[in-house]
Amino acid sequence: MVNPFDTFAIEEAVRIKEKLGGEVVALSMGIPDTERLLRDACSRGADRGVLLSDRAFAGADTLATSYALSLWCRQYEPSLILCGKMAVDGDTAQIGPELAEHLGIPHITDVCEVIDVTREKITVRKDTGEGFEVLECPLPALITVLKDINLPRMASIPGVRYGHEADVQIFTASGLSADLTKVGLSGSPTQVVRTFTPQRSSEALPIEGDLSEIAGRLTDIIKEVL
Amino acid sequence: MAAYIRVDREKCVGCGMCAGTCAQNAITIENAVAVIDQNACVLCRICLDSCPLSALSLVTEEKKENDLSQHSGIWVFAESRSGAPIDVALELIGKARELADRRGTDVTALIFGSDAHNHVLSLIAGGADRVFVGTDKMFDDLLDLPYAETICHLIEEHKPEAVLFGATPFGRSLAPRVAARLGCGLTADCTVLDIDRENGLLLQTRPAFGGNLMATITCPGRRPQMATVRPGIFAMPEPDPSRRGEMTEIDFMPRESAVRLISRTAAEARESISDARIIVSAGRGIGSQKNMKLIYELAGLLGASVGVSRPLVDLGWADHSHQIGQTGLSVAPDLLITFGISGAVQHLAGIGGAKKIIAVNTDPEAPIFSAAHYKVVADARDVLRELIAKLK
Repeated sequence: MVNPFDTFAIEEAVRIKEKLGGEVVALSMGIPDTERLLRDACSRGADRGVLLSDRAFAGADTLATSYALSLWCRQYEPSLILCGKMAVDGDTAQIGPELAEHLGIPHITDVCEVIDVTREKITVRKDTGEGFEVLECPLPALITVLKDINLPRMASIPGVRYGHEADVQIFTASGLSADLTKVGLSGSPTQVVRTFTPQRSSEALPIEGDLSEIAGRLTDIIKEVL
Repeated sequence: MAAYIRVDREKCVGCGMCAGTCAQNAITIENAVAVIDQNACVLCRICLDSCPLSALSLVTEEKKENDLSQHSGIWVFAESRSGAPIDVALELIGKARELADRRGTDVTALIFGSDAHNHVLSLIAGGADRVFVGTDKMFDDLLDLPYAETICHLIEEHKPEAVLFGATPFGRSLAPRVAARLGCGLTADCTVLDIDRENGLLLQTRPAFGGNLMATITCPGRRPQMATVRPGIFAMPEPDPSRRGEMTEIDFMPRESAVRLISRTAAEARESISDARIIVSAGRGIGSQKNMKLIYELAGLLGASVGVSRPLVDLGWADHSHQIGQTGLSVAPDLLITFGISGAVQHLAGIGGAKKIIAVNTDPEAPIFSAAHYKVVADARDVLRELIAKLK
């Protein structure tokens, strides 16, 4: 399944293409199986997919991932890069700004509306959490989009068929002339040194009895705070 | 040669603990030995700590270590509005002070905005030894590029060993830009920060991707070490007006931003659960959407705000603005009453600041009880009804 946040980016890219022409490429980095996600993106309107896949990319943190993505972008020179806000599992939302920085192009995060886009510049509304900003930015640029931005279309039957047949190109590290000290585990400054299950800090005090007794005890505890 | 996870066939007994932790399902047990599908493994390394027999190891080339000895001091980016630092900036200065005292180093705050010099004293009282102030009007628009350029310039000149950012929408946009420019690591949304007194290694703990696990992350080979922290995770420091510190005006002038601010509108004050004193929260265990009514009724009786766990937002039972946890809001109420929330680490990451937690859940082993002060093993709906009746 495509990361739900990314479906909004795909939809917005397809809408911009419908207005201005051009080509929508779905780009990802991952294990060979990730090809399925790119075919899914093509069934939703992307023209083709590009997958960066190589054992040398494995274990990448956001810096090494964004570096690898930037290598392909440097060759292809997209005028606009759209990213989902973040991965589903509470990811870092770092890939977008880091990719923009590697490419030396401006970026705008948390875009909730594309107000206008031409071949030269894009005007967007950004949700800052405290309100909204209207921002204008010359292209090439990168934006990360929120889920309020659109209602993604469902893949149509011809779309699904197109997704099966669509061109998904796979690039390896050497195909991108990657600097091997900057990709994968060896290119990742951060390291996981330990994973652990959070420990019980202290035992919670059990409140037992019939429902009325429980409610009575809870009422007393609540009243201490009120 | 690319790195990979190696299974020591002498040690492995095929217990399957590692397979259980793998989010990619890349590990299978064949003939009582763990086998790793190298095409599915993404080298997340979560399996390494799961093996009771230490049969798993990471095989990789040795990294060349850079000279890190020139770097010292802990910095905090103090995000501000109209020159005044926002709460998370002070929370981070308080934490930076703690870390710096352990390490025997000093704390520097960076603050920007045309009125920023009026607020330097609050940063020093909170724990900063030195404050860099950028007062150019350009900073008032809160655009990433001039900030990133200025901060990178200061970091390269003064070489701090760690830099902390608030994980606000602006901080989450700015920090990765700075990290990528400097080629540094960045750990998002840390919930615990500690420092190694000897080598200055910042121990950054956050919920791991997927799974009910916490991960401690370090950045051994590059400086500065960079981390973001959500608002409300660390306590506000008690201001000490007698503290002394120095202030330096920044004379660096960044280029004008390519992104232009056309207009800015403040949203109508949204009810935010981040500031609520009492919160009643609900999870999957409340059973059905109609029981949200009971949650709102109880909240009404207590003058409380309503929070939810992520599944309820995914189900459409509540709006995202009510979601507590890693992908929602962090809360720090005096009282939190949870109904039918099991307590995934991503959820627990958002309630660390709550002073008193009453948890109601049918499963006595639910992880929420590890964070709670009072434990009620019962059906959420029954307790809600009874409690509402009692309070009325």
